[in-house]
Amino acid sequence: MRAAVIVFPGSNCDRDLAVAFEQAGFQVDMVWHKDAALPEGIDIVGVPGGFSYGDYLRCGAIAAQSPICKAVVEHANRGGYAVGVCNGFQILTETGVLPGALLRNAGLKYICKTVGLKVETSDSAFTQGYNAGDVIGIPIAHHDGNYFADDATLAALRDQDRIAFTYTENPNGSVGDIAGILSENRRVLGMMPHPERAADEGHGGTDGTALFRALSGVLAPA
Amino acid sequence: MKARVHVMLKNGVLDPQGEAVRHALGAMGFDQVEGVRQGKVIDLELAAGATEADITDMCEKLLANTVIERYEIELV
Repeated sequence: MRAAVIVFPGSNCDRDLAVAFEQAGFQVDMVWHKDAALPEGIDIVGVPGGFSYGDYLRCGAIAAQSPICKAVVEHANRGGYAVGVCNGFQILTETGVLPGALLRNAGLKYICKTVGLKVETSDSAFTQGYNAGDVIGIPIAHHDGNYFADDATLAALRDQDRIAFTYTENPNGSVGDIAGILSENRRVLGMMPHPERAADEGHGGTDGTALFRALSGVLAPA
Repeated sequence: MKARVHVMLKNGVLDPQGEAVRHALGAMGFDQVEGVRQGKVIDLELAAGATEADITDMCEKLLANTVIERYEIELV
């Protein structure tokens, strides 16, 4: 099983994400944003958190136009798996791989703390290690995590069971308390909270481990 | 050729920064202010031959996120 973790100028969760993948049994390739292609044989792409390009223009907007992102979009369009965490989620919405957008937090403050997340669906490679309704503790660390989508998009997300996680106490004003969503084919997850920061005893919590383990269960060669 | 692009959040999209400015103006005694929306102005210096269609393309692909923002192009 092989994972690619994309590295942009300003990424700062790339190595944490790589470690989380490795602990779940993945071999990880770090891929620089200037590369125009993903390595051969990649099973999943991780788009990490951070402040790519200094959040200039809009969070994720410049990264979404980088050479590697074209390859990531093609990978997703082919039915490949991908996960975007925090800035990675912002980037995936900017590319159009995931719907909606992330606005400035309603309280205008950068928030860094562990929050309660309710697992809304266990029907995905990412969430099948949880039960729907489970409440897990995962850290958030963002200034622009206020998920927005128009009513039609929200209705589609709900009807298609594509809301992966909601906040038990909405920290940022996200519509519908949404913390993470799935693509229509359920193979791309974007989420503002950081499961890779709750994947080791040293982190003070391991509720994120099940996400990476579940992925390795799905993507392991039969 | 120069162009100025105005990017604003769409109506109906919460603008917490604009709200904070409105609160601050109210606290300063400017009771006349009923709403504030904050946006961006982007000035482009363009080579001869650039068209408004080119600028529209730039807005659609990068300068604005049309999920949440609207834009206006002003040729100056």
